Amino acid sequence: MSDELKVIEETVLKDYKYGFVTDIEADEAPKGLNEDIVRFISAKKNEPEWMLEWRLKAFRHWLKMTEPNWANIKYPPIDYQDIIYYSAPKQKAKPKSLDEIDPELRKTFEKLGISLDEQKRLSGVAVDAVIDSVSIGTTFKTQLAELGIIFCSMSEAIREHPELVRKYLGSVVPMTDNYFSALNSAVFSDGSFCYIPKGVRSPMELSTYFRINAENTGQFERTLIVAEEGSYVSYLEGCTAPMRDENQLHAAVVELIAMDNAEIKYSTVQNWYPGDKQGNGGVYNFVTKRGMCQGRQSKISWTQVETGSAITWKYPSVILKGDHSAGEFYSVAVTNNHQQADTGTKMLHVGKNTKSRIVSKGISAGFSNNSYRGLVHVGKNALNARNFSQCDSLLLSDKCGAHTFPYIEVKNNSAVVEHEATTSKIGEDQLFYCNQRGIDTEAAIALIINGFAKEVMNQLPMEFAVEAQKLLAISLEGSVG
Amino acid sequence: MLTIQDLHAGVEGKEILKGINLEIKPGEVHAIMGPNGSGKSTLASVLAGRNDFTVTSGSVEFMGKNLLELSPEARAGEGIFLAFQYPVEIPGLSTINFVKASVNEVRKYRGEQPLDAVEFLKLMKEKMALMNIDQSLLRRSLNEGFSGGEKKRNEVFQMAMLKPRLAVLDETDSGLDIDAIRIVANGVNALRNKDNAVLAVTHYQRLLDYIIPDFVHVLYNGRIVKTGPKELALELEERGYDFIKNEINVGEEV
Ligand SMILES: Nc1ncnc2c1ncn2[C@@H]1O[C@H](COP(=O)(O)OP(=O)(O)OP(=O)(O)O)[C@@H](O)[C@H]1O
Ligand SMILES: [Mg+2]
Repeated sequence: MSDELKVIEETVLKDYKYGFVTDIEADEAPKGLNEDIVRFISAKKNEPEWMLEWRLKAFRHWLKMTEPNWANIKYPPIDYQDIIYYSAPKQKAKPKSLDEIDPELRKTFEKLGISLDEQKRLSGVAVDAVIDSVSIGTTFKTQLAELGIIFCSMSEAIREHPELVRKYLGSVVPMTDNYFSALNSAVFSDGSFCYIPKGVRSPMELSTYFRINAENTGQFERTLIVAEEGSYVSYLEGCTAPMRDENQLHAAVVELIAMDNAEIKYSTVQNWYPGDKQGNGGVYNFVTKRGMCQGRQSKISWTQVETGSAITWKYPSVILKGDHSAGEFYSVAVTNNHQQADTGTKMLHVGKNTKSRIVSKGISAGFSNNSYRGLVHVGKNALNARNFSQCDSLLLSDKCGAHTFPYIEVKNNSAVVEHEATTSKIGEDQLFYCNQRGIDTEAAIALIINGFAKEVMNQLPMEFAVEAQKLLAISLEGSVG
Repeated sequence: MLTIQDLHAGVEGKEILKGINLEIKPGEVHAIMGPNGSGKSTLASVLAGRNDFTVTSGSVEFMGKNLLELSPEARAGEGIFLAFQYPVEIPGLSTINFVKASVNEVRKYRGEQPLDAVEFLKLMKEKMALMNIDQSLLRRSLNEGFSGGEKKRNEVFQMAMLKPRLAVLDETDSGLDIDAIRIVANGVNALRNKDNAVLAVTHYQRLLDYIIPDFVHVLYNGRIVKTGPKELALELEERGYDFIKNEINVGEEV
């Protein structure tokens, strides 16, 4: 093997720069999971009775389910009794405004590049900051409220907007949908709620930043976005976690609902701790994300840049129910060292004249395993459905794996479904060409992968795109020489 | 500026360069000709630092430094530029971004500040005009779907952007139409001055009508077997390589 390939082989994660731990007292549930824990969480959040009942129902259902094993991932059994299901930073009193947030927590987010200071924020982004099981603050709430936009933590939404939450929670991802969504439904802690009223275009990006801090703690957030007729919102999600030797479980559920002519653009930059070079530690990321194009001509578009987590199990999907609705999935998944990703999407064509587009770019390095798994389903009545899928894999080592599992089910023969797939390796020719132009191998790899992932990166909002590009490079940066 | 002494290089189990000697001084143009497979591209690659080839003996000195010890990117920083016989495609990476990274990395090596967007654009416009290249081409992915001629022109455009001390052109004239040869040659000539040099690998006399060489070398079977003035290129064009092969064979028999 040539030296250049060896450099790539030796490519290791630069020290994960978000791996610090905030030393802050936490209010925690005892380890383990039973009905009392579910009640404990609900009580901590002052939830109404209906919410508790909903959680308990989910919990009882979960008990009867078994963990799925069809994904192309391997991990030791998860001991669900060895996890803490609720952990909240102890704050003296619940902060009434952003100014009252514990300085320690404020600092944590500043270190992550997230300022909770409205003056300092990019004016185009409103943030909900979630640490472990609770949201500690949401910026720009008042400005948004003037337009009728509700943007708050899920806990607050349950208390303040129960009619909306009751109507939509679980309407896209039923609590019984799968093992992890049932678990989430029982113990979900916090997350964000967005409601965009009829005809309103959100004037800024809404974003939630998730941070796991406490040890042995699972994070189970729940996000719900409802876009009423003719509205538009672009929502961003970012996440990090400390470096820990043991694995941490993250099982989120995200539900999106778009009414007639509404559009939701949901972007994620997932950077949970991926574990060390030997594959110790790291976050197990089992996430259910689904959008419902409920209305005519509605549109939901998922964009994800997945660089973190030891294991990623995630299939952001769209149910194209409304006639003329459109769904998109743009994904870059990077795996390095011993990371494993099994990710993709489901596009379920139900209404007439629906369209979907899938662009998946997998980048694998080290000993990692990267799988694309996608389903395009065209129902009996889905006249004139259109789908285009492009799944490209780029390999950076000869010990990593890249797999594509495209499933196509067509029940209406007016459908046009196209699938293209390529696998390539970063060529020594490409690296030498860059080297000859003065660009070292590390920088060359960054240029090449950013080129490879460009179509997806272009979908990200500007503020995010730059960060995400750097992140891609960092995840694959090697210690050359 | 460049001194090659008794250079032997090859791939595992096969010697390709079998003792090359070559001296290039600032301001000079050297042409290398020779039959297919004689080792011309290998020589160019070894100078640029491609590690597919192992140097088994000999030395290469460039501007007082031992070139063989330097990484390919350091050689670029020192001012060696290779216009590839087969330029490489990088999907998704725009030519502009690539060239910008290249220019700024080379500047960094030389301890210079990176060019800001305005300065870069100005330089780029100037060199685009020189090479008669359209901006739309530079916005496209590097070399992807470029025609043969566009690829070659893009190589010389990059050379113009980097202002190398030693430009090694590996068959930059192959596949060019008559007008494009003139453009490429003009581009190369515009960059010439008393401090830099050109090593042009070519099969055709045509290029040398425009880029007039001080020396023409014939590479055959891994060795420079004949060196002469520019007229040698004409003679080769007329008579082919056979007369040289015969000369050598006669020589070896003696
Ligand atoms: N990586 C390699 N592995 C094995 N053989 C090689 C390799 N690279 C070059 N060679 C061989 O070395 C010899 C010289 O090749 P080179 O490309 O230098 O020739 P050239 O003079 O540039 O020819 P052309 O005029 O066709 O471009 C050829 O026989 C070629 O097959
Ligand atoms: Mg050649």
